[in-house]
Amino acid sequence: MCLAIPARVVSVDGPLAKVEVGGVSKIASVHLLDGVKPGDYIVMHAGFALSRLDEAEARETLRLLEQMGELEPGTLG
Amino acid sequence: MKYISEFRNPELARRAAAEIAALTDGPVRIMEICGGHTYVIFKHGLTEILPPEITFIHGPGCPVCVTPLERVDLAIEMAREKNVILATFADMIRVPGSRSSLQQEQARGADVRMVYSSLDALEIARRHPEREVVFFAIGFETTAPTNAMAVLLAREQGLKNFSIFSNHVTVPPAVRAILDSPDVTLDAFIGPGHVSLVTGSHIYDFVAKEYGRPVVVAGFEPLDILQSIAMILRQRKEGRAEVETQYRRAVTWEGNRKAQAAIGTVLESCDMRWRGLGVIPGSGLGLRKAFSDYDAMARLGMAEPPSLSDPKACQCGDILRGAKKPADCKVFGTACTPETPIGACMVSSEGACAAHYHFGRHRREAV
Repeated sequence: MCLAIPARVVSVDGPLAKVEVGGVSKIASVHLLDGVKPGDYIVMHAGFALSRLDEAEARETLRLLEQMGELEPGTLG
Repeated sequence: MKYISEFRNPELARRAAAEIAALTDGPVRIMEICGGHTYVIFKHGLTEILPPEITFIHGPGCPVCVTPLERVDLAIEMAREKNVILATFADMIRVPGSRSSLQQEQARGADVRMVYSSLDALEIARRHPEREVVFFAIGFETTAPTNAMAVLLAREQGLKNFSIFSNHVTVPPAVRAILDSPDVTLDAFIGPGHVSLVTGSHIYDFVAKEYGRPVVVAGFEPLDILQSIAMILRQRKEGRAEVETQYRRAVTWEGNRKAQAAIGTVLESCDMRWRGLGVIPGSGLGLRKAFSDYDAMARLGMAEPPSLSDPKACQCGDILRGAKKPADCKVFGTACTPETPIGACMVSSEGACAAHYHFGRHRREAV
């Protein structure tokens, strides 16, 4: 139910944005999120943009993942 | 950056699994509160690559599953009213009430419409000014602002034939109820990422401060879950119990203030009964008095229904509290299947029973 998906904003017209999800065009309401602009990635739920995806944070998360697995079992005290 | 494929990288999953193995030094019981996480854990077979010491306890974060029987019955009663169009999300159409379902009512001639968004229900109201359009609204803090926004737009647009049957619930009171429950022991929580888009991560602070359990707010790709487990294990290793956000690309500590304001303008806290958890004080969101014109119960003259017990064979209640597993239920996979569900946990793909059923874990657990 709380399913939400990343969508790329193509254009914004007043309270509605044209977005793309995996190559499929959809309309998202931007009533609940200020400052949405073309090129942004948003998280969309039940037809509404609820959050903007932050590329720098996403890269940082991936960087932390890349650092994982360097430890061998039993090496931590 | 596509925000999906990057977080399904098998090499990074292997690294995360190795990190988790290195950090595991005993049994850990982790509740993933959100049904969306339950689905991801099963769909991607994450339990297969984790040490056996890590047990997932599936939480109550499936609004379809926790909506009590009497409220499904009341929606059915609303759909039976002459002149009513009842709009709701797909899973609510299939969920069984005590004697019928909205799907069965639809077959008998009731005008029940499936929608993806509250805005679709609003559009139906615009197109049918002569009909009474009721939106059977369910959901956690993720969905509540979208439904509240529909009410604000209905008022702004002067729509007089739109109302909602509010069954919104909120996460923190349910987590508290589970932590206070004597038959459920939990070591840590994976926090619901999409609820947190709206609320911010700060709402789980009491879990760390009052109950001493780590919470990591997670995204919905397999690497998100794996990284979150590693973060939980690291907190335990270092003797910390804090709220951390793994899903930082989307979630902040404060959340989406505009969405919070939409909830606060239209809805107010109320007591709500949950399937499996009983009445939890302050766990629901009902319409404020100022918006009573948009309250379906008031408009149709319907009173709060008396509570109903689940069918005897159904163990959804215990499963929703994390006290039992789907395979512990006698009708799981036999009389109760996704095609003919007896309990709500088998209806929604995010229900623990449906996830177990679809991804075959019941077979392994059964032997």
